[in-house]
Amino acid sequence: MSVAELLALDLDGLPLAVDLGNLTDLNFLIGIAGVLAGVYAIFALGLQLNVGFTGIVNFGQAGFMAVGAYSMGLLVVKAGFSFWLAMPVAILIAIAFGLLVGLPSLRLRADYFAIATIAAAEIVRLFANNARELTGGNQGLSCAEDDPTLCYDNTWLDIEDAGLDFAEGLGWSDPVSLFPLFVAVWVTVIVLTAILYYVQRSPWGRVLRAVREDEDAARALGKNAFAYKLQSLAISAALAAIAGFFLALNVNNISPREFEPLFTFFGYGVLVLGGLANYWGVALGSIIFFFLIEGTRNIDLGFTDEQQAALRFMVVGLVLILLMAFRPQGIFGKREEMVLGE
Amino acid sequence: MEARTLQETQGLPIRERLRETAPARLAANHPQRTAFAVIGLVLVVLIVVYGLHDVAQTGLNGLSLGSVYALGAVGLTLVYGILKLVNFAHGEFLTFGAYTAFVVNVSLGLPLLLGVLAAMVTTALLGLAFERLMWGPMRARRAGLLQLLLMSIGLAFLVRYGIQFFAGTEIRQLGVDRTATASFLGLRLGQAELITIIVGFVVLSAIGLMLKFTLLGKRMRALADDIDLAETAGIDTSRVVLYTWILAGASAGLAGVLLGSVTDVRPELGFGILLAIFAAVILGGIGDAFGALIGGLVLGVVIEWSTLFIDFRYKLAVGFIVLIVVLIVRPQGILGKARTV
Repeated sequence: MSVAELLALDLDGLPLAVDLGNLTDLNFLIGIAGVLAGVYAIFALGLQLNVGFTGIVNFGQAGFMAVGAYSMGLLVVKAGFSFWLAMPVAILIAIAFGLLVGLPSLRLRADYFAIATIAAAEIVRLFANNARELTGGNQGLSCAEDDPTLCYDNTWLDIEDAGLDFAEGLGWSDPVSLFPLFVAVWVTVIVLTAILYYVQRSPWGRVLRAVREDEDAARALGKNAFAYKLQSLAISAALAAIAGFFLALNVNNISPREFEPLFTFFGYGVLVLGGLANYWGVALGSIIFFFLIEGTRNIDLGFTDEQQAALRFMVVGLVLILLMAFRPQGIFGKREEMVLGE
Repeated sequence: MEARTLQETQGLPIRERLRETAPARLAANHPQRTAFAVIGLVLVVLIVVYGLHDVAQTGLNGLSLGSVYALGAVGLTLVYGILKLVNFAHGEFLTFGAYTAFVVNVSLGLPLLLGVLAAMVTTALLGLAFERLMWGPMRARRAGLLQLLLMSIGLAFLVRYGIQFFAGTEIRQLGVDRTATASFLGLRLGQAELITIIVGFVVLSAIGLMLKFTLLGKRMRALADDIDLAETAGIDTSRVVLYTWILAGASAGLAGVLLGSVTDVRPELGFGILLAIFAAVILGGIGDAFGALIGGLVLGVVIEWSTLFIDFRYKLAVGFIVLIVVLIVRPQGILGKARTV
């Protein structure tokens, strides 16, 4: 897959504005960086729960996102479910997949667990990429083959129109087309972050941290550490599925290319930028990450587009290395909560 | 990794359940014999169903694929075993080697053999450079697992997109005659594939023997056992670490050129087979060079055999399923001892 193709994905339907002045442009703020930052904030909330609060290194988050997005799309397009019913069912499917992956692999050492989860995610992606009859293969999934008017995002497009009409009614003469999605994503981010924040302060959340700090001690106190880790992974899979819905609505096409392992590591970039063991940092980390990666697209350094795309990914790698070397808890994380693997 | 966490997380309940049956008890006591018995059984069934020719032909393809896996795996397994570093940037070593060979072989028009040598030398130097810049200092600070994992992923990005920055995403070919084939006993194999098998066997056997019989090999194994103890015993550990990186880099560079010769050269070349290489490492037992050889070959052959009854498009997924099954059933690998997990 070429990076150029990859980066074109999130630009569908948007005029690609290429100069630095557009950093303050609403199309960029809302449409590109805003929606993607929101999607990956939800995605990384799951990683925060796993890595920051439970101490399990889940490298398969992109796979869970794929399961959620494809389940939703297939339920609407192939099984005739309504959009509203398809989403909760897809979340349940993602949770079931999380349990399926976690049951055998959570008993493994941390490094083996990381490898097993990335392998599970790749199995999902390879299946989605090759099962053309079901998923549309590398062409992606958007509408039913026998009925091109039956697409998974029909319901959403109606809502979007209503939202845009509403915005116009308020006197915004030319609302940004992705504005309704932007609102929906960020409301979801705030609600989910708040829920996780309060759940973390509950007895359940405290046990999770106990498991992270010292699994033996938690077990000695009669807590089933394995069950808690499994629950953590299942919830994370559900969060990834929700991120997957928004990702699917953002581009009107569910394509295997959006679920490459690369995007799990985008999630880790967001996570460490925001800081470990800090739910509110996740949204902030995601905003920083996507403004960096999307904003630098417009800076003219005199390279070709392809080179500039490569350069931006090099910067992602470098930031990851430097953060881990000099500030492993992330920008807003707490050092004393970074216990994993020490 | 502390011993305590290791013992606990070995999946005891599953194994206890397995112990209840007689064949499973046999499998637990004689893992190698069992593994080969299972493979033998599968072989017989496949021959009966699909005929000797197809099984032999796919098996041969599998040996070629497996040699590349094994060569990639040997460096990863040594670094993993000796430095306890799960190096997600190892795939990029292969890519780096392949591009070095491309520059020498195609851009400069020199013989491919020179390209191979250049790839081995430069990739070894790359490994040494990262050891000096990153891994050494991080080890001295006793960095945690997550830190090292994410650093290696960051490094993978840096190298892969660095290559892409200079070379672009264009798919390139090394100067190998891909049409030349060798035929024997009714089987056909590309010349490049045949060379891959031979080189893989020779190099990996040499590394295995070196580890077993030379002083350096013994020192490396001592470090893999316990780096602090090795230091106390008077081994110059920093020197052994450097040799480990030289070995890992050179073998990865070679694997990259071989992979580039039998397929093509592109920026995702190494990352694309990284998980398969991890599978070979775990199958063979972490830190075990002969294990990497056997793990790689078994994996390659299993993947190619699977194309007899599963759509070939899914063959990579078969590799990942093997990886997960091995992790669950026998995380220390076929040859590994429980102690080394």
